[in-house]
Amino acid sequence: MTPPDASPGDLSSLQRRRSVATTIREAGFKSAMLGSLLLAATALVALMVQVFVTGSPRLNGDLLNRFPSSLPSRAGARSAIFGTIWVIGTVAFTCVPVGLGAAIYLEEYAAKDRWYNRLIEVNIQNLAAVPSIVYGILGLAFLVRGPLKLGQTVLAGALTLSLLVLPIVIIASREAIRAVPGSIRLASLALGATQWQTISRQVLPSAVPGIATGTILALSRAIGEAAPLLLLGALTFITFVPEGLASPFTVLPIQIFNWISRPQDEFRVLAAAAIVVLMVILLAMNGLAIWLRNRFQRKW
Amino acid sequence: MCAVLSVATTLAIVVSLLGPTLSFFREVGLFEFFTGKVWAPLFAQARFGVLPLISATVLITGIALAVCIPVGLLSAVFLSEYSRPRVRAFLKPGLELLAGIPTVVYGFFALTFVSPLLAKLWLFGEPPGIFNAASAGIVMGIMIVPTVASLSEDAMAAVPQALRNGAYALGSSRLQVSTRVVIPAALSGIVAAVVLGISRAVGETMIVLIAAGGTPNLSFNPADAMQTMTAFIAAAGIGDQPIGSVGYQTIFAVGSTLFVGTLLVNLISIRLVRKYREVYE
Repeated sequence: MTPPDASPGDLSSLQRRRSVATTIREAGFKSAMLGSLLLAATALVALMVQVFVTGSPRLNGDLLNRFPSSLPSRAGARSAIFGTIWVIGTVAFTCVPVGLGAAIYLEEYAAKDRWYNRLIEVNIQNLAAVPSIVYGILGLAFLVRGPLKLGQTVLAGALTLSLLVLPIVIIASREAIRAVPGSIRLASLALGATQWQTISRQVLPSAVPGIATGTILALSRAIGEAAPLLLLGALTFITFVPEGLASPFTVLPIQIFNWISRPQDEFRVLAAAAIVVLMVILLAMNGLAIWLRNRFQRKW
Repeated sequence: MCAVLSVATTLAIVVSLLGPTLSFFREVGLFEFFTGKVWAPLFAQARFGVLPLISATVLITGIALAVCIPVGLLSAVFLSEYSRPRVRAFLKPGLELLAGIPTVVYGFFALTFVSPLLAKLWLFGEPPGIFNAASAGIVMGIMIVPTVASLSEDAMAAVPQALRNGAYALGSSRLQVSTRVVIPAALSGIVAAVVLGISRAVGETMIVLIAAGGTPNLSFNPADAMQTMTAFIAAAGIGDQPIGSVGYQTIFAVGSTLFVGTLLVNLISIRLVRKYREVYE
């Protein structure tokens, strides 16, 4: 820190020089920090603007009402939008009960010092970090072709995505349940309630906002996910709205990918327009999650 | 019961990867797989050297880290040490917004915005084509910034105020407190954040599939088009491979390599966090 040419007697000039150097360094560091935040913000803004400007010519009713077509001018994303709704609905129905059940078991029933409970915990952490495409391989091998032979259907796609977001739902639900103070449980048990009555009537109602927030964020992750569904074979040309769980399907991210990978520029425009639709859905869901969190958050 | 499903999922992943992988290695030797320099599994003259896929994964992950470590860390220091609470309450959700964008959208951004920009601004050598590793890596880095920033910020916020006050009392400036007290004290959390970023970068599919091109290429030039492990799996999955064929089995062989790789990275991160966690009262 000492400037090299400072004479030992000249204390005041040393102090002044040091403070100048510090100020310069401080300013440099500050501008580096602001610069990096600015870079992130610029990227976000550039991305939004780029997508919106490119897609705006095709942002109209046709996009919602028409089916994919080899002619860009006649193509729309109706089957993809409805496919997304079908798949996400099914994901919600399958992963919420299972995720909630696992979270209740781990938080309320499991003895922390048993090896199998610790195994489950480490395992869930690991599952959360497995690349999404590996879930696609699992879906392909087990659900589409292997033991279950579901084929390339809504159900197979939804189950694959459920497995993918299950760790997120479990982790979020556990945190929400853990945030309910122990005194509530003890009070309920002291009044003669059974453990299950305590959980279902005291703990869960207090934890609902946290669980809902986590679940919505998990579902919005599932909505944007394309890689595992690519492997399941959802990249087929679908010109109808799914009629049930056993129906073939496509979803918005897949349709977007399909359009991006075409050579014609008109398809790029379509892709950008579909991205706007996807982002609006996601923003709405994220907004709902934030609103839920702020509206119902309780301080104990 | 439900918790057991998570273990069952892991087992199912391992089993579903293992079977076809084993039959793949019965036909293609381990040695050829891990040392071969040419990856052309679907050609008549099939060659199964996975090195080009691994090198592309490493290179693109490296570019992503070069973007996200400085940007993420500096943002985290700013949020935790410099910004006022109101600014922070506004910036943090903004960063999290970046994390919520689907990867296919990032891919579109890399292809239609960053690639043309790079082609204009390229300083050395041949400017990159439309498909190149650099734009995929940069956009992937931007994608990981929220992960790194948010987790490092949590770690820095957990550093007790007393440490900072002690350093200030000794006459340190804010910069010195940030870089010599807070960052070292929060190092385990920061390392964990970076490792998590690495495993997300390695496993990321759509950005590289869209923006990095589809040709396996043993090259460390960021201007080249190349194919990562994930991109190969996706590309092979799109073309319907008949069950039991070597093409079908390569998906699983590459998938196993990827799975084992990310699992190792993840286990290391859990270890690191446990080992170096500083506990303050």
